[in-house]
Amino acid sequence: MFYCVYSTFISTFYDLSKILGPPTSWFILSFPKMATPKKKKMPVQEEIQDVDNDSAMAVPSSAIPPPNISSIKNKMRRTHEFIKLKRQRRKKKELQKKRKRETEALGDEAPPKKVPKTIENMRVFDETMVDPQDEEVLHDEAHDEMASYFSRDTRPKVLITSSDRPRSTTTRFLKELGQCIPNSEIYYRRGLDIKKVITQALAKEFTDIIVINEDRRKPNGLLLCHLPDGPTAHFKISNVKLHDEIKRAPKSTEHYPEVILNNFNTRLGHTVGRMFAALFPHDPQFSGRQAVTFHNQRDFIFFRHHRYLFKNNKRVGLNELGPRFTLKLRSLQKGTFDSKFGEYEWVHKRHEMDTSRRKFFL
Amino acid sequence: MQHDDVIWSVINKGFCSFKVKTKSQKFCRNEYSLTGLCNRGSCPLANSQYATVREEKGVCFLYMKTIERAAFPGRLWEKVKLSRNYEKALQQISDNLIYWPYFIRQKCKQRFTKITQYLIRMRKLTLKRQKKLVPLSRKVEKRERRKEQKALVAAQVENAIEKELLERLKQGTYGDIYNISQTAFDKALEEEEVSSESEAEEEKEGELEEEMEEESEAEVEYVEDFEESDISDIEDGDKFAEESTDEEDKDEEGEKGKGKWKPGMRRKRGKVEIEYEEEREPAKRQTVRLQP
Repeated sequence: MFYCVYSTFISTFYDLSKILGPPTSWFILSFPKMATPKKKKMPVQEEIQDVDNDSAMAVPSSAIPPPNISSIKNKMRRTHEFIKLKRQRRKKKELQKKRKRETEALGDEAPPKKVPKTIENMRVFDETMVDPQDEEVLHDEAHDEMASYFSRDTRPKVLITSSDRPRSTTTRFLKELGQCIPNSEIYYRRGLDIKKVITQALAKEFTDIIVINEDRRKPNGLLLCHLPDGPTAHFKISNVKLHDEIKRAPKSTEHYPEVILNNFNTRLGHTVGRMFAALFPHDPQFSGRQAVTFHNQRDFIFFRHHRYLFKNNKRVGLNELGPRFTLKLRSLQKGTFDSKFGEYEWVHKRHEMDTSRRKFFL
Repeated sequence: MQHDDVIWSVINKGFCSFKVKTKSQKFCRNEYSLTGLCNRGSCPLANSQYATVREEKGVCFLYMKTIERAAFPGRLWEKVKLSRNYEKALQQISDNLIYWPYFIRQKCKQRFTKITQYLIRMRKLTLKRQKKLVPLSRKVEKRERRKEQKALVAAQVENAIEKELLERLKQGTYGDIYNISQTAFDKALEEEEVSSESEAEEEKEGELEEEMEEESEAEVEYVEDFEESDISDIEDGDKFAEESTDEEDKDEEGEKGKGKWKPGMRRKRGKVEIEYEEEREPAKRQTVRLQP
């Protein structure tokens, strides 16, 4: 009896289940619908899957850079996107591994490995690229203005000067250059014309003049004039780092450094490279273990001054000394400095020459 | 003369298109003005008898205006070329402006002096060096800077230098300084080929996943279990140590929560020795009969 009463009591109170159905549906009624994460269509997805690792250049022109996942504020969406990204990356990796396995399996029959295209690979064909065995080039170089240096008739003696009233950075730069280039003397320009400087230098038997131009307290131009009517090259300087600014740089010594000239491939490059080489004495002192490098890449010449140490046959340690700067050739003039009536072999004309990203001149 | 006063009163108080007013001064922009200031005596409009000195392309002229020609504006100004000689020119001015008011004569001579001086300075300057200002386009400079950065990355200067130096070493430009003979060099090469994988030092690249897998498969190390006691147990730990020598076996595996044992880590707590005692089954009770 008691039991019956109890059951009815229950049934009257908790008959909701009969009315509303099983408990799961209650949740739907009582709580709002959970927002499912919207599947954001990333426009770049298909591109990632299609990419062949051959050409780094096969990017469609409509490629928008993928949005930064970490900037999505909603945590669920963010994790979703991250999971997707990881999945893609994993797929890509698996593809690479598969390809590697295939090539290994095929062995000799495997197709040749694809090389990615770089700007250096894609460089516009330059007809002035020098073949080292070219007779004409050799003949020219045996008779050009720097020939006297290369045939060891003259020893380099360099005059370093600046524009009027140089500021502290420029004076420090001059001093460092003076230390770096052996047999060099620094003179302060006191309002003299360059043509007059040249006549005086010739009288004192200098072989080269370097003039550093300054603008807004920083060196910004370099004029290199080879003396007994040698060519005059005008460069733009950028990114100067002096000895004090280079971390833990040891002091340089008076030893004659070795000269390394990289990537001077065209005729113009050859001339410029020879001009640089003519600044330094012929016989480097290997005991000093110092090397001065002019490295040309895409028409930018990077100057570095290192002390090297051979650890074994395969490894060298380099310790950077001295200044570090980059040069860009602006003009090359035949003969000594004469901006009005000089004959310019090469002048950088931006509108004509900077049209293609893969065309270089040095 | 009456006409002049009228003109002046109108110009001065009203509007004059040549007048430029600043806080302290009034200037006259008229090209025939003798002094550049706006005064009753030096206004070319309000003086019917007036003279100036002007220069064109390095040649100085004396300009004179008289009241007789006031009605003919086309013929108003009389132009006299002054000689190149300074004294002669001054004399010319005096002769042409004879009987003219002292003020105008004086000012003309002063103006002429100033003009000759600046002409001399101009001629000197052209002989000296002149700074040529080259305008820089901001966009172009920005582009160049970016190109330079990219070129630097592509250049890998240090690697190139090292390669070059090693090549020079190989070719023997250094002679015998470094005591590296050819046979030794070849041996070194062979050794290099054999041991290229195991020498992880020489690989400057980061470890690739595959190599990681290889290493983990090849080198399976068995490391002893590191047991660290909790800070709270340190005093107890001693007791435990004592107690463990008694017949209790206790495993002390309290982790501090640091997790893995790193090779450089030193045990901060004292070393705890643990003895284990195996639990033996209690010996069966054997009934021994005592023999009488």
